[in-house]
Amino acid sequence: MSIQVRDLRKTFGHFKALDDVSLTFHSGELVALLGPSGCGKTTLLRIIAGLEYPDSGAVLFSGEDATFTHVRERGVGFVFQHYALFRHMTVFDNVAFGLTVRPRKQRPSREEVAKRVHRLLELVQLDWLADRYPDQLSGGQRQRIALARALAVEPRVLLLDEPFGALDARVRKDLRGWLRRLHDELHITSIFVTHDQEEAMEVADRIVLINQGRVEQVGTPQEIYNAPASPFVYGFIGDANRLSGHAADGWAELAGLRVPAPEFGQSEPRPVTGYIRPHDIQLQAGDKGEGVAVRVESVAQVGAALRVGVRIPNGDTALQVELPHHGGHWPFQVGEPVRALPCAARVFARDGAH
Amino acid sequence: MSGVMSSLSTPGNVVVSRRAVTEAAWLRGLLIALALAFLGVFLVVPLVLVFQEAFSKGWRAYLAALTEPDAWHAVKLTLIAAGLAVPLNVVFGVAAAWSLTKFHFRGKQVLITLIDLPFAVSPVIAGLIYVLVFGSRGWLGPWLEEHSLSIIYAVPGIVLATVFVTFPFVARELIPLMQEQGVSQEEAALTLGASGWQTFRRVTLPSIKWGLLYGIILCNARAMGEFGAVSVVSGHIRGKTNTLPLHVEILYNEYQFAAAFAVASMLALLAVVTLVAKSFLEFKHQRDRERAAHAAARQEVS
Repeated sequence: MSIQVRDLRKTFGHFKALDDVSLTFHSGELVALLGPSGCGKTTLLRIIAGLEYPDSGAVLFSGEDATFTHVRERGVGFVFQHYALFRHMTVFDNVAFGLTVRPRKQRPSREEVAKRVHRLLELVQLDWLADRYPDQLSGGQRQRIALARALAVEPRVLLLDEPFGALDARVRKDLRGWLRRLHDELHITSIFVTHDQEEAMEVADRIVLINQGRVEQVGTPQEIYNAPASPFVYGFIGDANRLSGHAADGWAELAGLRVPAPEFGQSEPRPVTGYIRPHDIQLQAGDKGEGVAVRVESVAQVGAALRVGVRIPNGDTALQVELPHHGGHWPFQVGEPVRALPCAARVFARDGAH
Repeated sequence: MSGVMSSLSTPGNVVVSRRAVTEAAWLRGLLIALALAFLGVFLVVPLVLVFQEAFSKGWRAYLAALTEPDAWHAVKLTLIAAGLAVPLNVVFGVAAAWSLTKFHFRGKQVLITLIDLPFAVSPVIAGLIYVLVFGSRGWLGPWLEEHSLSIIYAVPGIVLATVFVTFPFVARELIPLMQEQGVSQEEAALTLGASGWQTFRRVTLPSIKWGLLYGIILCNARAMGEFGAVSVVSGHIRGKTNTLPLHVEILYNEYQFAAAFAVASMLALLAVVTLVAKSFLEFKHQRDRERAAHAAARQEVS
């Protein structure tokens, strides 16, 4: 089922949680709502679920207006950050809950309920925990049970609010891959909220980046990483060196580094901020040739990459550079003079809306 | 003496390491003795004396004092007052706790403060309030008289006063509990298609069950034992508007000590039963949890 939201606005007192948000979620896709905490992403998810109502705007399910449809009738599966499992019920009863609260006529028989619950528990690979209480499960197990419970009512949409936010790093990583595989199996339209860019990049088909109640950018993980639409996206997704300078005649001068800036064709220099990814800078030994002269300040090996910190002497600007590294000795030593050469950069006007 | 965490044996002597949070043995002993002496003087001795006095004229007199018609009527009236006040306050308490913890609205703090009002004012004032409202010279007095309804110096007044003084017990017990639990379980139930009533009955109620029962026990004990507020509105009419505590006072004032203590012993017994019930509930709650844990552990082994 596809979901559309149009011109959503929501305020809490003086706080604008959502400010004119319009989005389309296609049928069967897995979308991440990504943004810093307090950016409005959870509010958007709760409005789609029907746990919250917008001040204005509309929510459409398969083209039909569902803005004020009660959460009970929406047919959404919701997974909460802190699981929200029913503590006094066994795992089995938790998963069966959605089936047993149906009106008598639509309620499946006891055997049918048991069959479906066990099928779901097998799906999340926790069938052996059916008689436990939530207190007796680990965080990762609880979240999988919460997911099974949400799937029991055969929802048209699956909404997950920071599903792995309360778990430790390792479990989180496992569950991410598992969620992706599960989605590929079920193909149910799913939206999940996260503040972890790595999680969004790894799991989602598309990412919606939200900041201060507004959509900053929508796109596939590759699009967002390779072509960030705004300084905010640059700052939020991946690492980037942030440099101020001036641009004119299609070129920008950033602390001595010269990079192309085709958007700035005017002859009058304008203040700009440029962003360069650490792996988009090349280092060349020696102090003669192309690029700007810098001095190596630190070298550290992180996984398969070499992270080199350099400083541009004149403006006293520090740069982070990331180089591929295949073992052996380090090509640069601390204190060595080298030349830095940017091969890609993005320049934004500094006086603008950002 | 406790406080021993672990003992490390070294050749020749045993080193005993103590918990950091402890005091010297003599100080602990002194504090415990003080607490016990206080309990003995203020609780145990009076309780024993009540029963001793009650039986001072023998079994026969004891039974006679309890089965005498006026005493029997007082028992019935006390049961009626508690029987009405407790269910009313359960409904009110659950509704108040629910609305105060699950919704956001203006004036929430004011309502929370108001719930505590009956604890803050003297019960005598609580009684006087009702006399001022419903008494023959009160606001509604003339109207009530016209329609030959009596509230003050009659059973309805006693029930009203009892409801007032026991007002906060259930709500006070539930509010912190429900605040801590938050609303996400209820929200989860709603997304799964449960109606408001199903959510309350199957999700909220089971999770507040023990707190609610505890509140009911305390509320009941107070409802049966209330003296001040009820005394003001009852008019002390023997065999008509006397509850157990009031009956005890009347007998005492008439120098019928044995009878007074016999009736008092019933109230004391109520207190003991209440405490036992409370401990039992706590024990059962604990055991439920442990049993579930054991079941899980067993499964793990098999």
